[in-house]
Amino acid sequence: MPTDVTTVEVDPVAAADKAEPTFAEKFWKVFRGHPAALAGLIGITVFVLLAIFAPLIAPQDPYDQTQLDILDGLLPPGSQLWDGTPSLLGTDALGRDILSAVLYGLRISLFVALVAVIVGSAIGVFMGLLAAMKGGWVETVIMRTVDLKMSFPGILLALMVLAIFGTGIDKVIIALIIGAWASEARLVRAVALSELKKEYVDAARLAGLSDWRIMGRFLFPNSISPVLVVLPMSISGAIGAEATLSFLGVGVPITEPSLGLLIANGNDYILSGKWWISIFPGLVLVAMVLCINVVADRLRDHANPYLRGKD
Amino acid sequence: MLNFITRRLGQSAVLVLVMSALVFVGMYVISDPVAVLAGEDFTEADRQALAAELGVDRPLIVQYFNFLGNVIRGDFGSSFVYNRPVMDLILEKLPATLEVAFLAMFIGLVVGIPLGVYSGLNQKKPATKTISFATTVGYSIPNFWQGVLLIMLFAVWLQILPASGRGDTVEVFGVGWSMFSLNGLSHMILPALNLAIYTICLQARLARSGTQEVMYQDFMTFARAKGISRERIVRRHLVRNILIPIVTITGLQLGGLIAFATVTETVFSWPGIGKLLLDSIHNSDRPVVVAYLILITLMFVTINFIVDVTYALLDPRIRYT
Repeated sequence: MPTDVTTVEVDPVAAADKAEPTFAEKFWKVFRGHPAALAGLIGITVFVLLAIFAPLIAPQDPYDQTQLDILDGLLPPGSQLWDGTPSLLGTDALGRDILSAVLYGLRISLFVALVAVIVGSAIGVFMGLLAAMKGGWVETVIMRTVDLKMSFPGILLALMVLAIFGTGIDKVIIALIIGAWASEARLVRAVALSELKKEYVDAARLAGLSDWRIMGRFLFPNSISPVLVVLPMSISGAIGAEATLSFLGVGVPITEPSLGLLIANGNDYILSGKWWISIFPGLVLVAMVLCINVVADRLRDHANPYLRGKD
Repeated sequence: MLNFITRRLGQSAVLVLVMSALVFVGMYVISDPVAVLAGEDFTEADRQALAAELGVDRPLIVQYFNFLGNVIRGDFGSSFVYNRPVMDLILEKLPATLEVAFLAMFIGLVVGIPLGVYSGLNQKKPATKTISFATTVGYSIPNFWQGVLLIMLFAVWLQILPASGRGDTVEVFGVGWSMFSLNGLSHMILPALNLAIYTICLQARLARSGTQEVMYQDFMTFARAKGISRERIVRRHLVRNILIPIVTITGLQLGGLIAFATVTETVFSWPGIGKLLLDSIHNSDRPVVVAYLILITLMFVTINFIVDVTYALLDPRIRYT
């Protein structure tokens, strides 16, 4: 008896699942067989959780002056504070617990980097799409500005911005945004230009949609993936840049020290052998950047069609 | 070719003008010099007198052209802090930065290229894995933190190298150089090493990918078939072919090194122009900051120009686009 295809029971959910892999499946495909990248991902999760819950985990609020005792100053790791709190990583000259300071510093470092990269990338994506869509003088102006920006090292531009506007968290974020947008704009423009040649854009034009509408509805979602791939790299770069600027004393203010500023504070005590003040914030900084970079490398390799099959 | 050079020169000039305008607007318009210099007890009349003295009461465009005219004559005014012409100050500090940057570049090339060629030729060996891991770590560790670690290791624990300052200098052509005295040289090692680490990683990666590309080309197979020794193939055929991208990047890197010297010089208290810039930012010593930014722009534009022209000389396709 021939089976009538119309009577065969098909579970629509299962069929849909098969057609489009779920997020978990895609995720697993990227990280399976890459223990370093997986470890990096776990590391990032831990750092983010530590940063979010810093006030709950930290043994001390390092910026509450009433909790600090000058008698606790410069204790080596593993000592006990005056009030009996154990100080796992030692204290700085003001009697501030290094572990607590690092946890709070992590928050500020991550916050600054994330805000700067998200805003910077958004501006970059918009500029890139605009340049591709409009062409003509708009494109020339945008791309020349990108060239101008790219011909200078990021650190110099950041120092220039901070020299003009002064220091502070908001100013650092501005400096990092100025450093972040250009490469994204160049990337998106290249992708968008090739997307613009496709038929769906012609179809949208014929349907009478405006340039802005085409840009937002079609070009944007189809050109965004390369930016998402480089996003982790941009974040780790921004974390490093913020740390550098704060270390140089032109970044975050002393009242809200990031990891970079903590290292700078400890730098004054290195020659007298008080290594823990700047070593621990530095280790956390490097571990975080390294975790992000191995994940970023993995994402980039996965997105590279030449390498795909080989992993 | 002449056409290419003129066009490229025009672009460079526009770039310098744009940057000088940005610096001018930033330093003299956004942050008001009168507000910075005026005392608490200044009356409105005092402020106007100060503005007239500084010339900031005139129309912006006039101010800008005055500024530009002074810049072209090499007159950046006097430092508020040192009370000396800014140009003298920068020229005095420049040799310190240059000698460290060149030593760092030298270390970077001499260490980086052989590491890269080795890992390109021996992709499966454990040493290659180590090199590749080390370059990833080298990229991930912020420059200033590497400096802190170097100080801790060599100056505090091992106590074999000094951590800060320039040491003894020897006068050559009326300028003090650290590299001609043993003591000065020992002061140079750590800052130069700090500055070199990034270059080592970069050159190693470049040399490795270059080697992997060149290795399987026909002329390499042919050289092997001719029975030339392995060492000679590497020196005569491989290294010469990977050198083109390396030379380009090296040129561009030199500017980057001088920019990054701001960080290294601060870590090691090395009295070069980078430390001068940061000190001036901290002290709101505006003329020095302006002069540094303008001069560094000029330097970058010049380097980019030279690299582009060299490239066009080597590769005719670029000239005609």
